Order: sequence, then structure tokens, then C-alpha cells
Amino acid sequence: MPKFTLDDLRRTLRESTGIDEEVDLDGDIADTEFVELGYDSLALLQVASEVERSYGVPIPGEQLAQLTTPGSVVTFINEQLQRAGV
Amino acid sequence: MMAAIDGNTPLCTGIGVVAPTGIGVESHWQAILGGKTGIDRISRFDPAAYPVKLSGQVRDFVAKGRVPGRLIPQTDHWTHMALRATELALSDAAVNPASLPEYEMAVVTSSSSGGTEFGQHEMTRLYQHGPSWVSAYQSIAWFYAATTGQVSIRNGMRGPCGVVCAEQAGGLAALGQARRLVRSGESRLVVSGGTDAALCPYGLTAQLASGSLSTVDDPETAYLPFDQDAAGFLPGEGGAILILEDAGRIGERAQQDAYGVILGHATGFDPRPESARAPALRATLARALDDARVDAADVDVVFADAMGVPELDIVEAQAIGAVFGENAVPVTAPKTLTGRLYGGGASLDVATALLSLRHGVVPHTVGPRRLAAGCPIDLVTGQPRELDLRTAVVLSRGYGGFNAALVLRRSRN
Repeated sequence: MPKFTLDDLRRTLRESTGIDEEVDLDGDIADTEFVELGYDSLALLQVASEVERSYGVPIPGEQLAQLTTPGSVVTFINEQLQRAGV
Repeated sequence: MMAAIDGNTPLCTGIGVVAPTGIGVESHWQAILGGKTGIDRISRFDPAAYPVKLSGQVRDFVAKGRVPGRLIPQTDHWTHMALRATELALSDAAVNPASLPEYEMAVVTSSSSGGTEFGQHEMTRLYQHGPSWVSAYQSIAWFYAATTGQVSIRNGMRGPCGVVCAEQAGGLAALGQARRLVRSGESRLVVSGGTDAALCPYGLTAQLASGSLSTVDDPETAYLPFDQDAAGFLPGEGGAILILEDAGRIGERAQQDAYGVILGHATGFDPRPESARAPALRATLARALDDARVDAADVDVVFADAMGVPELDIVEAQAIGAVFGENAVPVTAPKTLTGRLYGGGASLDVATALLSLRHGVVPHTVGPRRLAAGCPIDLVTGQPRELDLRTAVVLSRGYGGFNAALVLRRSRN
């Protein structure tokens, strides 16, 4: 059972970086590139900071650059949570 | 005689107002004519512990639904208001930026506080919780050029952009730079003017340091420029965004619909406080008239800076009296209805002056009743004065010595 879901990411995006009116964040976005969803590198930096604070999972900068879709972020965070034995 | 309109003439074709007097040109102008004040007790935070409790707030402004959703958490209230004002101004000018060459459009705004409220919020998170709590957007939200940058990105305007930080004189300096870009042929359209918003505890505290704010707690008597009882000014938020276009590159219809031409502009800087030299305002005003090739006798109305600080009111009244003659030209200061809007103030005055030229009405100054000694000016009070107006002068001064003057002429009959 994943501890960090796509909905958790959706909430983080909404609360900390806002939503582009032309994007349906509730749609099937797991494999959509962040750029297409209207999120730039600064937005992802903000998301990473929120995730670290809320879930205790740091996302190093070089790692963050590799995480280009919501699905990859969710997978990464759950791997880290599992590794930490949470 | 109307202004000659030819190539590279900087015409104001659109105005977007987000001010304590209203949102949109029409509601602002009606409030001005009706003397309806936007001054009230500060409600953006509890001002009980502060010596200044009144301000001009833009009460009806809501960012949600009016400002792109992605930009709301990324930018300060001051930028929200400018984005909205820009949208209103472009719509007023009937311009679709997407249809124009992106490098021929520029953005030059005025800002005096940057993203103060945003900054305070993040500073609070820093000292209460730690560095990781500070928003990544602090990096782009606080600084003076943030509004210019966001307006530029939003509207695809990639020409020579900039920001002027000269406190309340900044709005005229920004318009002066916008005029330069049009006259040089570099830009066909410039989004200019500005907004400001520093009505948060941090912002107000910074303003208190000037010692020029009024601590009078009555909205009707707190800000009385040129009056015997002048006791300083009140702060406000908001401003106006103006669209300047090259008359030579727009249609005849758009030329006829334009509000007016920026005919002349000058800036100046006061000597250091202990200097025996005169304040810069009089010379700045004279240079703006020279730049416009306008005789003092041809100016129909002056929109005053109207600091509300007795010694500074006298400096301004004396400058106006010296250049135009004592009591020789109608003077007004509708800003008593909004407070001083800093980076947004002078462009709102320009917007009001252009509306004044268009409608042939000098709006009255609400508040002052008895002019102070040493103020030999014809201050329009009581009610608006209908006049055939062709040429207006707007004056502005900013804390620290900034002076600016702008000369406007209406562009149609």
C-alpha cells in the first residue's frame, strides 16, 4: 500500500503552486510531463520542499531533474519511504 | 490645437485601474467625480497597534478567477493587481498582444515596495519554522521587477522591459521611459504605469520611518494637502496600468479613440537636506514644459503631488506659482480619495488626468478647506469644474528626493 499517492501530490501541487485553469489535474496525469501540466522547475522545487516537510523525504536537486512526471515522483517518494521503513 | 499625431508619437490608448476608487476606468472616474472616498480603516491586518490605522484599500479586488491560477501563489498582491490592471488596459485599448510582434512590445512599470506582503509571510515562516518552510517563489515574488516580468511573460512581450524604483515619482519615470521606447521606434506598444501594495505590518512599519504619514484617525481630515491642518498623508494600494502605442503603427480609428499624447517629461533630484540649494520640483516642472514645447500659459490643469506635509506642500505650491503664476491654473489632487499609492500613485494620477482631458472636467480635491499660508494656488475644491481642457501636467515626488513631471495633451476633439 503506497503511503504517498497521486492524490497527495495533486493536493501538494494545488496548495503550494496553484493550478493552470486549462489543465485538468484530476485527469489521468501520472505519465504526463510536468511541463505539459504547466509546472516549471521552480514549481517542482516548491513541491520537493513541501514533500520533505510533510513526509520527511528529501528529494535532492539532481534527482528532482530526473522526475519529470507525477507518476515518477510518487514512485520515488514511496521507494524512499519504504527504504526508511516507514 | 490638438497634438500633431505622426510617426513615433506616444499615444495612450488604454487604461486599466485597480485602485481604492474602483476597478476599471469607469468606476474609478465615477468615484472621483462623486468624491467617493476609498479611505477606510485598514482591514488587511489589524492596525490597532499601529499609529496609522487608515488607508486606501482596493476592497473589491479578488485575485481568484481574475489572475491565472498558477500565478496566484507565485506572486505578491501587488503583482496580482498589476496583472488584472494590464488585462483591463489591453482590453480598453482593444489590443490583442498575440497578434503583434513580441519583440516590439515592452513592459516598464514602477514599483516602490516589491512583494512586501509575500516577503513578510515567508520571513515569518523562516523565523518561526526554518529555511525549508520558505516558499521557492519568494525568489521571484519579492523583487521590484517581478510585476514587469510576469506581465511580460503573460502577454508575450519581449522588448526592452524594465522597472523604475523612485517611490511615488516612479510612475511618471516609467511612463517617461515608455515614451522614449516609442519615440525611438524601438517599441510599438509599451505596457507602463504601475501598482504597489505595502499594506501589511512590515510594509506599514517601513513607511512609518519617513515620519510623513498622518496619524489622524478620521478619514475626512487625515489627509489634507495644502490645508492649514495638513498632517501628513495616508498610504494606499493599487494603481493604474497604461498602454502606450506608437501612433504611426496603429489604425486611424485607434488614434481617434486614444486618450492622449505624452508630450513631455522630466525628472529631477532634490539637493541633500542641509543644502542651501532649492528643491528640484520647480526646475523639473519647467524642464518638462520645455521638453513638451508647451508654454506655461497653455497648461489647463495641474494634478499635484500633494504630499500633505506642510513644508512640502509649500514647496510644491511655490513651484506651481512660480512657473504658472499665482492662482493662475486650476490645481487638483484627487489622490485624497485613495491615499498615496507609491509606485502606483503617479500612473493613477495620469489616468485621472487623461480622463479629465477627455471629459472636460477637473475633478475636485476632497478634504482641504482652508489653504495654508504660502500656498498661492487655485485648488479645485467642493465640486468638479467643467472646462475646455487640452493640456494637463502631472507632478510627483518620491521619498528620498525623487521629482518628476509629465505633460499630457488630449488627442481628439
